[in-house]
Amino acid sequence: MSLNGQQIKQIIFKIAQMIDENKMYLTELDAAIGDGDHGINMSKGFQAVIDKIKDDNGDNIGDMLKKVSMALIANVGGASGPLYGTAFMKAGMWVGNRREISIEDYYNMLLEALNGIKARGRASIGEKTMVDSLEPAINELKVSIDNKFNELECLEKMVNSAKLGMENTKNIVATKGRASYLGERSIGHLDPGAVSCYLILKTIFEEVKKIKG
Amino acid sequence: MKKVINNPNYVVEEMINGLIKAYPEYLKRVDNYNVIVRKSAPNKKVALVSGGGSGHEPAHAGYVGYGMLDAAVLGEVFTSPTPDQIYEAIKAVDAGDGVLLIIKNYTGDVMNFEITKEMAEMEGIKVESVIVNDDVAVENSLYTAGRRGIAGTVFVHKIAGAMAEEGASLEEVKRVAQKVINNVRSMGMALTPCTVPAAGKPNFTLQEDEMEIGMGIHGEPGTHREKIKPADEIVEHMLNKIFDDMPLSENDDVAVMVNGLSGTPLMELYIVNNKVNDVLKSKGVNVYRTYVGEYMTSLEMAGFSISILKLDEELKRLLDAKANTVAFKVL
Repeated sequence: MSLNGQQIKQIIFKIAQMIDENKMYLTELDAAIGDGDHGINMSKGFQAVIDKIKDDNGDNIGDMLKKVSMALIANVGGASGPLYGTAFMKAGMWVGNRREISIEDYYNMLLEALNGIKARGRASIGEKTMVDSLEPAINELKVSIDNKFNELECLEKMVNSAKLGMENTKNIVATKGRASYLGERSIGHLDPGAVSCYLILKTIFEEVKKIKG
Repeated sequence: MKKVINNPNYVVEEMINGLIKAYPEYLKRVDNYNVIVRKSAPNKKVALVSGGGSGHEPAHAGYVGYGMLDAAVLGEVFTSPTPDQIYEAIKAVDAGDGVLLIIKNYTGDVMNFEITKEMAEMEGIKVESVIVNDDVAVENSLYTAGRRGIAGTVFVHKIAGAMAEEGASLEEVKRVAQKVINNVRSMGMALTPCTVPAAGKPNFTLQEDEMEIGMGIHGEPGTHREKIKPADEIVEHMLNKIFDDMPLSENDDVAVMVNGLSGTPLMELYIVNNKVNDVLKSKGVNVYRTYVGEYMTSLEMAGFSISILKLDEELKRLLDAKANTVAFKVL
């Protein structure tokens, strides 16, 4: 799909806008099983991201993603800051000084991000976390790339898979994070991290579609 | 909820300034950071850094001083501090002998402190960490994020702090901190919720005649709710949960902490302690030291926690060593 740094920067801005629009929704989801600040904190973090990269010319994608990471780590707080921060850090480290990324690069960046999140949170699939939307999405992306679907189809399938994974968190008993103290009582609620993760992937797809369509 | 504040967004900032103005002989602030350090610390010594969300005063800034912590990092109310803040604390107190991070076991705290530990190691600072998880109300880590760190953390500050003050190595200070963690158990209960200033409404509701047993210091769910009972019955139930997890034998020595969450008067804490002491005595357990007061609060929540620390000769010596901080003194 070959996205350059400027295009990636625009996508990140869109993500920030989307998170802000969903601030209350994410916070309400979090209030049900967590401490009720996910949307507020994420929005604060992504506003800091905008400040941090607004003057970045996008020539060095890795550096720009590292800036995103640091802004999230320092401004989101809670567990989401370190987790999303780690995700962007790992993606940035993988991409290095490439000036554009292909769909295969994007897959590798996501995979690095996923592994970073799993290590940082000591989490695996089925624990009612963001891993439950991210991991199936990445697996689906890989299969689609291997099957030589066109890039937009690959991304669309990825998002659909993330959505299913996100919806399935309703049926899972939380064993990680604050929701785990609820045990069985966490059933019936979506995991706010899985939702924000799905929304981010969806925004990426929609923006790439606009750029390429 | 009525509160004596100016603006919910500035509660931490204004609290820090007020605290420093009250105790300039003990504490100073690292400029532009929510980090409080000792006014004066020896040049050569392992440094202890703790911290977490605000709203648990006097924890942790009240334990900064001789024989306990070297720095406390203050997050927003009930929110972990971020790595940039923790990193500043580490840099401010590292004297070249290494830094021990004392972390309470909450997902956010653990991640933020661990990221910082990696950052500091990359800069060549020797950093170790321990994770306090004394709350027996939580099922084990197979099913949850693990037991929470509550008032037992103060014993870790006290004993590891004394060890560091003696000039012990980072490895030794970490060993004794872990020994405290292995031997301390706590359990809490709540009568009323509390209100995070920025949220503006209580974090849960309890009926007038109800209590929640096992509630965490941020209002996390406990083991169950029931009708309020006499203090002695509540204490017996809570101690049994602790004994189930950490059996005590005749002639064991323990330290007891009866900790108020801030909305429960000292009178009631002494009533609690009266029963705690009787139960321990009836089991033939020696109560070596007792601490009754507000050590780790939860905003204006009413309720208390009981912590029991099993002692050996080393822990007794370090518990009794001199400490001079705002909220904990052994003179």
